[in-house]
Amino acid sequence: MNFVYEKLMGGKQGFFGFIILATLIIVILPLFLDIFRLNLVGKYLTYAFAAVSLVLLWGYGGILSLGQGVFFGLGGYGMAMFLKLEASSPENTQIQSTPGIPDFMDWNQIISLPWFWEPFNSLPLTIAAILILPALFAFIIGTAMFKRRVGGVYFAIITQVIAVILTILIVGQQGFTGGINGITDLRTLNGWDITSDNAKYIFYFLNAFLLLTVIVISRFILTSKFGSLLLAIRDKEDRVRFSGYDVSNFKIFIFSFSAMVSAIGGAMFTLQVGFMSPSFVGIVPSIEMVIFAAVGGRMSLIGVVYGTLLINFGKTTFSESFPELWLFLMGGLFISVVMFFPNGLAGLWNDYGHHITNKIPFWKKLKKTEVSQAVVEKTDEATV
Amino acid sequence: MDSNTSFTLAIEDLTVSFDGFKAVDSLNFYLDENELHVVIGPNGAGKTTVLDLICGKTKSTSGSIKFLNKELTNMSEHAIVNEGVGRKFQTPSIYENLSVLENLEISYPHGRGVYGSLMFKRSDKVLAKIKETAKEIMLLDDLDTEAGLLSHGQKQWLEIGMLLIQDPQLLMLDEPVAGMSVKEREQTADLLKKICKGRSVLVIEHDMEFVERIAHKVTVLHQGKILATGNMDEVQKDPKVIEVYLGH
Repeated sequence: MNFVYEKLMGGKQGFFGFIILATLIIVILPLFLDIFRLNLVGKYLTYAFAAVSLVLLWGYGGILSLGQGVFFGLGGYGMAMFLKLEASSPENTQIQSTPGIPDFMDWNQIISLPWFWEPFNSLPLTIAAILILPALFAFIIGTAMFKRRVGGVYFAIITQVIAVILTILIVGQQGFTGGINGITDLRTLNGWDITSDNAKYIFYFLNAFLLLTVIVISRFILTSKFGSLLLAIRDKEDRVRFSGYDVSNFKIFIFSFSAMVSAIGGAMFTLQVGFMSPSFVGIVPSIEMVIFAAVGGRMSLIGVVYGTLLINFGKTTFSESFPELWLFLMGGLFISVVMFFPNGLAGLWNDYGHHITNKIPFWKKLKKTEVSQAVVEKTDEATV
Repeated sequence: MDSNTSFTLAIEDLTVSFDGFKAVDSLNFYLDENELHVVIGPNGAGKTTVLDLICGKTKSTSGSIKFLNKELTNMSEHAIVNEGVGRKFQTPSIYENLSVLENLEISYPHGRGVYGSLMFKRSDKVLAKIKETAKEIMLLDDLDTEAGLLSHGQKQWLEIGMLLIQDPQLLMLDEPVAGMSVKEREQTADLLKKICKGRSVLVIEHDMEFVERIAHKVTVLHQGKILATGNMDEVQKDPKVIEVYLGH
């Protein structure tokens, strides 16, 4: 019990923050939002996976990856490939010159299914691929860079370049990947209609459950000695190395783990949104993910979820009415985070939250809990 | 160079050159067990470079460094630490955002792999060792203090403690009393005398009064070469040393 409380929840602060977040996304939002809006929240929450992964990697490890979209995209494409194959049964694709392969392949004069698409006929293999391939890719990139002690801004640039390369690759290899349009027209999962309201509810809750699980596992990592080591590596890498640790192994592990977490988000994105395209892989989404983490508070696993929700609600609301203003607003928000509140919403809450909680009798008793209430109120306002 | 030595540390013919500039030039240097050896020398003499070479931070151009008859020149930094070499940096190098306890815990020589650190438990044995070390470095009452809040002298001690908890055979300290008050210097001198039992200690220091108090042996380094070695008295009387220190 103590283990669960201290290690998985992070003590009193973390526990209350977690409970409030869980209540919000599992109870409150589904009660008050119609399925269209809830599905949107579900989409936003898939980005939160990437934001949580950046807390580990960037907030604690000090490794800024501008390529989390790569892993988000790999996960998303993995799921999309499976769904596309299912949607491309010979009966559905009778009018093609080669029935039984995805429509965009047929348009590009490809006459048989490429070998790397074959495993995605099977759901278990697809899930395995979503979990393993992005982590493996990160492992290879991480080994190549961290063993050579490439870090800091160089690492950020290289990850960004990888995001560009992958986007170009996907767009250029239209016959194999669906090109700029991505993989669209996804209908069923093992014969079950994924566009129905019923399915959307189930995916929303599955997504919320997975996100909370990821937060708990991440909390375990951060409260272990590994977590202290991440901070130590961020602040005094040489000292850690001369305390007998092979620093690169720790960086490689956390990079691979963050890739896996982002990929889960990507797969859930495809399931809820119904398509995947290169626009979720490249520089813009990757940097947006960093902004979500920065605004939410890069040291707070809970805070970044609010940050993600807040920015995305803002994006949806503003880009409906003033599309051209939104990018400036987001840029301004990012700059003000960097200049005025470097620990994001979570940091603001830690510094000023007691002014709010002290007015609520129940909270007075709990004294200083964590994050959330102010943020909850903010996101609630945005929801209404 | 092939012979086995009885020395804890045996450096032979060690040279490192940076773009032709020889920071350390054919250095021969030996260190016994239980010996507290101080290296002094003017700025740029190559003192810190020698420590960098021993602990693997800088790779040598040629020569050999044998620690307990094991060649260190081709080993990686963390492997050298695992052999039993500990090194304190010139400016206190501690984890300012972590507590004193966590600083010591991270330095505790177990769970150094990825998996090991995830599963590491703060057992009674670990805690006992941390407390024992904290007592030695006079920080027992500050275990929960954030390390960044310690005074400069205490930070120096904490870093020494982080090395002690690894129980190294060779302890290398780069200017351990820089920036300390007179009282802290005295306490540090006592601490060093205590901890050099059962291991070898190599210290770089500028403060002559302090050197006189702690050193068993003194080596004067000048332009990457050894100028004189011996006890403090001998070294101070050496005309070459006087020339280097006063002649410029």
